[in-house]
Amino acid sequence: MLSTDSTATVLTSELATRSRNRRKAIDGAWAFFWYIVLSLIALALALPLVWLISTSLKTGAQTFVMPPIWIPNPFVWENYPDAFQAVPFGKYFWNTAQIVVFATLGTLLTASMAAFAFARLRFPYREQLFLLVLSTIMLPSIVTLIPTFIVFRWLKWINTLLPLIVPLWMGGGAFNVFLFRQFFMTIPYDLDEAARIDGASSYRIYWSVILPLSKPVVATIAVFSFIHHWNDFFQPLIYLQNPQKWTMAIGLLGFKDLYSTSWNLMMAASTAMLLPLLVLFFFAQRYFVGGIQMSGLAGR
Amino acid sequence: MTTQSASVSPKPKRGSGLLRSEARDAFVFILPWLLGFLVFTAGPMLASLYISFTRWEIVTSAKWVGFEQYAKLFSDDRFWLALYNTSYYVFLGVPLHLLMALLAALAINLNLRGIRIYRTLFYVPSLTPVVANSILWVWIFHPQWGLANSFLERFGIEGLYWLQDPRLAKPALIIMSFWSIGGQMVILLAGLKGIPAVLYEAADIDGATTWQRFWRITLPLLTPALFFNFIIAIIGAFQVFTQAYIMTDGGPNYSTLFYLLYLYRAAFENFRMGYASAMAWVLFVIVLIFTLIQFRLSDRWVFYEGDLRK
Repeated sequence: MLSTDSTATVLTSELATRSRNRRKAIDGAWAFFWYIVLSLIALALALPLVWLISTSLKTGAQTFVMPPIWIPNPFVWENYPDAFQAVPFGKYFWNTAQIVVFATLGTLLTASMAAFAFARLRFPYREQLFLLVLSTIMLPSIVTLIPTFIVFRWLKWINTLLPLIVPLWMGGGAFNVFLFRQFFMTIPYDLDEAARIDGASSYRIYWSVILPLSKPVVATIAVFSFIHHWNDFFQPLIYLQNPQKWTMAIGLLGFKDLYSTSWNLMMAASTAMLLPLLVLFFFAQRYFVGGIQMSGLAGR
Repeated sequence: MTTQSASVSPKPKRGSGLLRSEARDAFVFILPWLLGFLVFTAGPMLASLYISFTRWEIVTSAKWVGFEQYAKLFSDDRFWLALYNTSYYVFLGVPLHLLMALLAALAINLNLRGIRIYRTLFYVPSLTPVVANSILWVWIFHPQWGLANSFLERFGIEGLYWLQDPRLAKPALIIMSFWSIGGQMVILLAGLKGIPAVLYEAADIDGATTWQRFWRITLPLLTPALFFNFIIAIIGAFQVFTQAYIMTDGGPNYSTLFYLLYLYRAAFENFRMGYASAMAWVLFVIVLIFTLIQFRLSDRWVFYEGDLRK
């Protein structure tokens, strides 16, 4: 569950101390009132999701009924294989999986490397260079898009997965460098000094001291990188025009254009795209919460 | 050099040699980022600035035209319409979205048994991929068979053409955005959890009402987090694209022609690279203004926890 305890593993002791300041539980009539309010909000937020899944299991005829049917009769599970056979979702999945895996690996490696230097090594212009990292966090990607597109076009990388992977091996995104650095700075410097006295090189310290102690932030960034590349629409739209190279996101749009009145099939395909994220969420909730809160930390 | 390493190394000479090798290592460690910065950020930024002063349709060769593209841009009614649509979405949508996220965060901050289940329920919708989300909401807003109209029918409101009505398309996209308040909600929840309980205890002793506690303690102490989220959300919302591209294709009657959609069409459908680059730089300046406001008003942004070894 979204517990504050799990956040503490990701965050610093400061936040952990804060979350220990618990107030006494509400009970009686007020508790009852709040449960009603909470349940109403939950219902409003859950309805679109229920509608999505319910539509995905209806027959075509049942989707066009007013007032809407909430529980499909019969449950048409075949909508899922039907949707997957209508367009080559298998291929889209494979393309997306490659992007997700290789982009995430590149992000984890190169962002943590840069962050290691910024957090734990001393070198000229360190502060200035880090300010440069920070200044690119908010940079709208559209400003660099057109020349980047032209370079990739010149390299003949359009309709390959490379434009979606290679840039991530070159720094992995300024925000991730920032997150890694924030985490690395909470690890005691004595560890580095001790390792250095034992003759360890910077590379050894990075790989065998700092990274093993940074599993929570590695997991958090991996989870968010997965989500980002799984959901990404704009970049694949620009670089992947050949349907053979489409990702799930683009493929889903292509599916919508082809089957624009088969709402049940469209909802089945959309649910299928959401499903891996739900699974990831339920297995890695602590990293979700930690990551989101780390991104909010910047503001406090 | 730190006092630490000076005390460790017996001879200062050796210490400076260590520093030099440390600097060399550091260079290797930041090299991928540095290359990426030069190749994918600094280089393309300068290039797009240059392109914005040219006329260039990719197949032709670029021709220097000075400020012509910017002049064209500022006299282009459609550019102003796109800016208006985007501002509408940003300055109406973002505050409402933030308000919803705040209410949700306050609700899930209540100390009730089983509150974690609600937290999960509130967060899960924001997991939906934007493409899937867009397709789902086209279906929800379907004038004849959609969930939105079937709900409103109970209140006697009938036959709204959400995404087909120029007056309703933008509000429809804003309503849709309320569904994914989860991320902001969790950030604000962290902010709420960060408010020291002693303050509330002191307020209780002084006999403060719930209302007073909210206005005098919760809201003032949450303001930095709220403000940070507000700016980040504004910058994000200025770049709204996918919903309009998938759900309305900028229509009806250009009512959801957002800035990025217009730019995308200029660059990748009409291949007017100079014009599109000028648009990109105008957006960059807008975002820069908000970023500077953010930088100025929150000095704790970088050195929040821990401190850097000097």
